[in-house]
This record gives sequence, C-alpha cells and structure tokens, in this order.
Amino acid sequence: MDVFLQQALNGLTLGSIYGLVALGLTLVYGILHVPNFAHGALYMVGAYVSYFIMVEHGLNYWVAMAGAGIVVAALSVLCERLVFHPLRHSPPIHDKIAAIGILLFLEAVVQMHWGADFRRMPTPYTEIYHFGSLTLPAQRLLIIIGAFSLMGALHLYLKKTMTGSTIIAMAQNREGAFLVGIDANRVAMMTFAIAGFLAAVGATLFAPINLVYPAMGHLVIMKAFVIIILGGMGSIPGAIVGGLIIGFAEALGGYYLSGTYKDLIAFVLLVAILSIKPTGLFSKGVR
Amino acid sequence: MDRIMNFFASPAMKIVLIAAGILFPLVATSEYQIYVMALAFIWAIAVYGLNIITGYCGQLNLAHGGFFAIGAYAVGLLTVDYGWAFWPAFIAAGVIGAFLGFLVGVVSLRLKEHYFAIFTLCVGFIIFLLIEKWEEVTHGTLGVISIAPPEGFGLVDFTETIPFYYLVLFFLVLAIWLISRISRSLVGRTFLAIRISDDLAQSLGINLMRNKVLAFVLSTTYAGLAGALLAGVVRFIGPDLAEITHTFDVITYLLVGGIGTLMGPLVGTLLITWITQAVQSFEEYRMIVFGPLLVLLVIFMPRGIVGTFLTWRGRRLASRAPAKHSASRVEKKKNQEEAGTHG
Repeated sequence: MDVFLQQALNGLTLGSIYGLVALGLTLVYGILHVPNFAHGALYMVGAYVSYFIMVEHGLNYWVAMAGAGIVVAALSVLCERLVFHPLRHSPPIHDKIAAIGILLFLEAVVQMHWGADFRRMPTPYTEIYHFGSLTLPAQRLLIIIGAFSLMGALHLYLKKTMTGSTIIAMAQNREGAFLVGIDANRVAMMTFAIAGFLAAVGATLFAPINLVYPAMGHLVIMKAFVIIILGGMGSIPGAIVGGLIIGFAEALGGYYLSGTYKDLIAFVLLVAILSIKPTGLFSKGVR
Repeated sequence: MDRIMNFFASPAMKIVLIAAGILFPLVATSEYQIYVMALAFIWAIAVYGLNIITGYCGQLNLAHGGFFAIGAYAVGLLTVDYGWAFWPAFIAAGVIGAFLGFLVGVVSLRLKEHYFAIFTLCVGFIIFLLIEKWEEVTHGTLGVISIAPPEGFGLVDFTETIPFYYLVLFFLVLAIWLISRISRSLVGRTFLAIRISDDLAQSLGINLMRNKVLAFVLSTTYAGLAGALLAGVVRFIGPDLAEITHTFDVITYLLVGGIGTLMGPLVGTLLITWITQAVQSFEEYRMIVFGPLLVLLVIFMPRGIVGTFLTWRGRRLASRAPAKHSASRVEKKKNQEEAGTHG
C-alpha cells in the first residue's frame, strides 16, 4: 500500500507537469487548429533559459523561472507572427510541416550553443519531507503546488477577465467571435504567449528532478499530444485530467509492469484508445 | 528558353536522366562520391514511398523513418541472427514493411488529419523504443554488425561500390517507373481525389479506407525495401536509424523537391544530399538551415522546385496560345500535371 501511495505521488508530480505542457498545446489547438509540434522545443528552450540564468549567471531560481517564462512566451509569439499567421489559410499539412521546421531549428540552435550533453540543474529546495512512510522531496511538492496554482490562475484568467473570455470565445466559434469584434491577431498572440509561458514554467519546475538536454522535449511533447487526444483536442479540463491519467499510468505501470518500457505506456494507451474511438475519449460531436 | 523548358518536361528527359545515372560513376572523381550517390538513391526510394501517402494521398505520415528502420533491421537480423542470404531477407523486408504497414494503416487511417499525424508520430516513436529496448531481438543500442551484402551469384560483387551503385540505380528506376504508372492509373487518380477532399471522394463512390490503406501499404513497402538496401550497403545499423530526425529529413527532401510530383523526390533528395556533402562540417548542424528552410518553403513555395516549375511552365503555355486548337492537348496535359502538383 505504501509503495502504491508513493508511486501515486510520483504519478501526481509527473501528471502535473504533463498537464501544464498539454494545457498550452490544447489552448493553441483550440484557437488555431494547429497541432503545434514545436511546443516541445519551447519546453526545452524554457529549461535551457532557466539553466542559463540560474547556473551560468548564479541568479535566484524564481528569477530564472520568470525569465524563462518571459523569453519563451516572446519566442512563442514570434513563431505565431512569423510562421503560423502567414500560413493561416494554407492546407493543414503545411502548418504541421512548418511546426516541425521550428522544432528542428530550435533544437539545432540549442545544441550548437550548449552541446548535446546532459546537464543537471540544482534546486534551492533540497529538503525531504516524511509523512508516515511516504517521502516527498520539496521539489516534487513544489511541482505539484506550482502546477496546480498555475492551472487555477489560468482558469480564473479565462473565466473572469475580458481578454481571457475572448480566447474562450474564439475557441468556441471563430466566426461568432469575429462578429462581436474580437481581434483574432491579439487573441492568437495572447494564446501563444500563455502556451509558451506554461511550457517554460513546467520545464523549470521539472528540470531539477530530471536532466536538461536538447532532446528533452521529444517525449514530453508526444505525451502531451497523447493527453490532449485523450482529453479531447481543445478541451482545457480534458488536458488536466488527461495529464493526470498519463502521469499515474506511467508511475504505476513503470513500477508494477516494466521499468524499461514505461515510456511506451502512454503511446500504447493512445493506440488502444484511438483504435476503439477514433475521435478521442472526451471529444464532442464533430469527427 | 522555351525549348529548354519544354525539354525538361519531355519524355526525352527520362532517357537523359537514366543515361546520367549510368554515366555518373565514370565522371565521379572518387569512389566516395559514388557511395554518397548510392546512399542518396536509397533515401530517394524512401522519399518516393512517403510521396505516395503524403504527396498523392494527402496524409502526413510521421512514422516513415520507423518503417525504413524496420526494413533495415529485417535484413540485418535475418542475415546475422538467422543466417538468411541477402535476397530472401530483402524480399522479407518488403513483406514485413507491407504487413506492418497494413496493421498500422488499418488502425491509423480511420483517423483524420491531425489525429493521423499525431498517431503516426507515436507509432514512429514506439518503433524506435522497441528497437532500442528489446535487446533480446534487436541487440538494443549495440546495433547489428556485419550484415550480409547482396550476393551477386558469381557474376558481380556487390560489396564493391560501383556494382552496388548500379544495383541501387536499378531499383530507383524501377521505383520511379512504378510510381509513374500508379499516378497515371485510376488508383493514382483516386489517391488525388482523396487528397483534394475526403467527402467529395466518398460521394463519388470511392472506398476511402481501402484506398488509403493501399497507399499506406505501398509507402511502407517502399520504405522497407529502401531500408533493406541501406542495410546491404552500410552493413551496420543502430537504433538511431529509427530516430524521428530521419523522418524529418525525408519530409525535407520531399518538400524541397516538390510534394505530390513525380520527379520532386529525386530532385529534393539529390540536391540536399549534395549541398550537405559540400559543407561537411555542416552535417551536424544541418537543421539550423533545414528548419527555417522548411518553414520558408511551406510559406513561399509550397510546391517545391518541381511543382513550382510545372506551375510556371503551365502558366506560360496558357498565356502563349490561349485560343489555338492545337494547344488544347497541351493544355489538357498541363491541367493533369497541375492537378498532380497542387499541394
């Protein structure tokens, strides 16, 4: 039972990071209907910017996180302006290929500057808490609290503010949003900024218990895709729930089934789900 | 100018290209160049495969590199661990590619657009993980070494570069010939119809699933056979062959040359291979240039080199002789090509 609880706790940590990344992906998909394959690269850049600020310049962890968030948000907006905006009327296959182009470019740039080595990013919070027989490192606690407060903040922003509502409106009905005078460009830029920010913060939270390397985004982005398919593309609660499902499945499956193949679990789950229900678990209506 | 232009599109061009392929070893200054050319041809065969499902049929398949690796591993494992000769293993690689393509296709092609792309991305990753982790079968990260070369039945020695070059050239010509036959047949037209609109094709009575699966199986067979040839020439393969970067390479070749065109895959593959070769140190950081190149191409030149050429030529022909009766046949032909290049 203790082992189970411990693994569930690990699953919660993983799930909250996956949820953060998937949230950005699902927001962008909701607005532009682009599966942004470059999102994983933004996540990776976020980790490197934090590493750069914190390890190479010796600044505070929180400063690094904020810096990474701002830099990656700006980068994300830049991608929207330079790439996805000009392609908004093209066939969908073009967006996907362009997104892949961005991904390749960002990875190559990072690899040129920092090399392909695995790097370790320390955390200022090294305490380990004990609850009965459960152990919980402070960093994991920070991940869970940080991720869920960000999700809460995002929820409030989308529901309670005017700009947040414009994002929701555009995701629900594009033409309707235009009719009531919503500026599509502003909404798209805003969405990309939020997505980039979430990815960077997620990466900064996760980096201390993981490693920092140029290909670190690959697995995370693919799992984020699995999550948003699981939760219905464009659905915000779906991304959070899906993130937790994958997080738990991986932590528990990795322990009880096979540690070597734990990265396969998410994909096998996806293949199984899509084989049975081609539109994803919680998607509504339209094919 | 017009004569040069017409020449590029005329049947004589095929003969010139084949002749150039045959004469290349004579003009090449080193054996290394011939080797690079042979590798480029192998990749071109794989790109032709991707062109069937992505170019003609309009479904972005992101597992293509995975199927290429499966073909290579089929030959590698069958010859090294099971003592097969190369040619039976080569055929087996095609059959395995087709069979796995069928299995994946039946499940994945029920999905539309983004779902299909994401699904195949995951399939590609599953293939990579299996090759890397399933050590008992695939040798894991060690890779497969001393793979049997194609046997020449006492006539030729395919471990030599030049005979192997001609072998690959033969398969490349065969591959292009088959595609040109397919693209002009009813099946090819059906693929085009599916790309232009699923719903429209279905309302014409086209069985979407059957045709998409057919296109997918054809494309994975091409990938499998190309992978098998690679294993035969390189004779050492590792799990990095299944990495997603190879799929992205193949997409770049296809896009530069011209997606959905007959000669696009060849033009794109050769051009990029030789540019990469010209700047050797560039190899590792090629993506710094390829990444933005992909983006720029998709925005400004979505039809690639061959597609843009065909469109441009078509426009000129159309403006040249709009009323002439004799032009109507050219026009018709041009329209067909146009339909074939529309991205």
